[in-house]
Amino acid sequence: MMNFFKRYILPRFIQWVIVIFVGVTVVFFVPRLSPMDPVQTTLRRLSSVGTTNPRAVEDLREVLADLYGLEGSLLEQYISYWNRIIHFDLGPSLAMFPTPVMKVIKTSLPWTVGLMITSIVIGWLLGIILGTLIGYFSNKKWLQVLDKIIISIYPIPYYIMALLLVLLFAYFIPIFPLIGGAGIGMNPSFSWSFIMSVVKHGFLPAVSLILINMGFSFITQKALTSTLVSSDFVTYAESAAIPRRIILFQYILRNSLLPHVTDLSLSLGSVFSGALITEFVFSYPGLGQVLYTAIMQGDFNLMMGITIFSVAGIATATLIIDLLYPLLDPRIRYK
Amino acid sequence: MTVLKDLFLHDRKFRIGFIIIILILIIAFLSFISPYEPDERSMPRKNLEPSWEHWLGTNATGQDIFWILTFAVRNSLFVALVSALISRCIAMVNGLFSGYIGGKTDRVLSTLTDSFIVVPRLPLLILLSFIFKDNITLLFMGLLLGFLDWAWPSKRYRSQILSLKEREFTFTAIFSGMKTPKVIYKEHFPFLIPYMMADIISGFLWAIGMEITLSALGLTNLNISTIGTMIYWANYYQSMLQGRWNWLGPPIIASILTVLSLYLLSDSIGAFLDPRTKLKRIMGGGIIRCQ
Repeated sequence: MMNFFKRYILPRFIQWVIVIFVGVTVVFFVPRLSPMDPVQTTLRRLSSVGTTNPRAVEDLREVLADLYGLEGSLLEQYISYWNRIIHFDLGPSLAMFPTPVMKVIKTSLPWTVGLMITSIVIGWLLGIILGTLIGYFSNKKWLQVLDKIIISIYPIPYYIMALLLVLLFAYFIPIFPLIGGAGIGMNPSFSWSFIMSVVKHGFLPAVSLILINMGFSFITQKALTSTLVSSDFVTYAESAAIPRRIILFQYILRNSLLPHVTDLSLSLGSVFSGALITEFVFSYPGLGQVLYTAIMQGDFNLMMGITIFSVAGIATATLIIDLLYPLLDPRIRYK
Repeated sequence: MTVLKDLFLHDRKFRIGFIIIILILIIAFLSFISPYEPDERSMPRKNLEPSWEHWLGTNATGQDIFWILTFAVRNSLFVALVSALISRCIAMVNGLFSGYIGGKTDRVLSTLTDSFIVVPRLPLLILLSFIFKDNITLLFMGLLLGFLDWAWPSKRYRSQILSLKEREFTFTAIFSGMKTPKVIYKEHFPFLIPYMMADIISGFLWAIGMEITLSALGLTNLNISTIGTMIYWANYYQSMLQGRWNWLGPPIIASILTVLSLYLLSDSIGAFLDPRTKLKRIMGGGIIRCQ
């Protein structure tokens, strides 16, 4: 057991730490290349209201720089930044001062995570199921048509696809609402009408995400199935008249599961950046939307806060999958 | 060359992809004989419907949409090409070092690559293009995209090399006294180069999609016409609400045709390279089967 820990868990844990460290460092330095100076922006906003004497402006500048964590040299900022991260304090949002970044993230995170995780998992499952069916029954006509459709959808850029869906189902055939995550003025609650409204608003964005996420697992699964179908043990099972259902689920699906697990962890990791386009096109009130505004307003703290969440999310998802791998793959035995 | 001819004759996917991409290239090259300059405004009248004189009508700033589209396609292809070449060059060097040298070099490079994969690319790209916004030239855009897209291909090349190193013919070559550089050059490159070709296309697709996304968000130099900026301006002038489909339709269709044809090409080349279909092909008497 000790050996397993040393040879399998520890290296992966160290990798996790390194990855987060590098990610956070990049996230710290890149916004500082931006020409937007949040202190200047705030000052300009204040001074447009009334005239102030230069002395007071200078004082105010110092106070603001201190509050925003922009005091001192880059190195000092960098160290105090790590200090705050360790205490789970991401500082105040600069554009929505003094709301803490954590609070902004907390209000919009459920929207994004709810929409993205549901649709990624559905897309992933759908891709695997359809891929298996088409790989196994490769001579059925309607499955071949479906195959052609999915393959033509797969390479289309996500933005174009989302735009097409909006055109089709919100303009030509206006059955879905165009903006928001729920009806206007509704309070989040567990009532029937609220849930229905959320589903209705989330439907189009979800469809676009499902279509995009389905493609990859579909193509992988189709290739895997077509190799498995011609392998000896499946031929043997077929000639032994084992029911098709069992061949499909216990022989083929079980044996092609592994690559998909890795794939799922990676697409779950892309939740944050993927959300950006979805939420922009469908005006969905989630984290991506907040991130976009943060970039536009030069809100360093919010930008960094969201990206750190995303980096940590991806790294942790990969770590968990890596740790679960020995359970799923009987061939990996680190003992 | 004969391979391409064979693929063209026997594989329907390749044929369709090839014909569409030639059409797209013709459109791109038409830009050189365009009667209008790309930055000319109001040469024809504004907001014209499609007619014989202006095939796709004109837009809100008085540009002939067909001719603007030729520039847009050319520029988008250029950006994507630069990006794909840059990212695959970095990836190739990275993958070669990682795969062949192995050991410590491999571990350092792999960690670096993994860390880069985790950094969310889209927010980073948005931030960077926001910083440089109006100074972005086409070349710069291509470079920017290229420098953010080397991590995944590096990983793929590395694993490709690792698997090549374990194949029997490699052992045969080594045991018969071939030197390592010669093994790489003579035995492995014939596999790696076509693999890279198919992979360059996938980089190309990514870059086209990204360029469209960034421009449609309004984050690139909006004065240069690309497929993305055409969509941006169409949205900006409310083409959906006005029901002017000739503004939004052409760039969308052009982008879909481009990615679809390139995808079909890379898919067909990929199937051609796959050892499993290769075996089927040999047994099936030279007929190329895809799927």
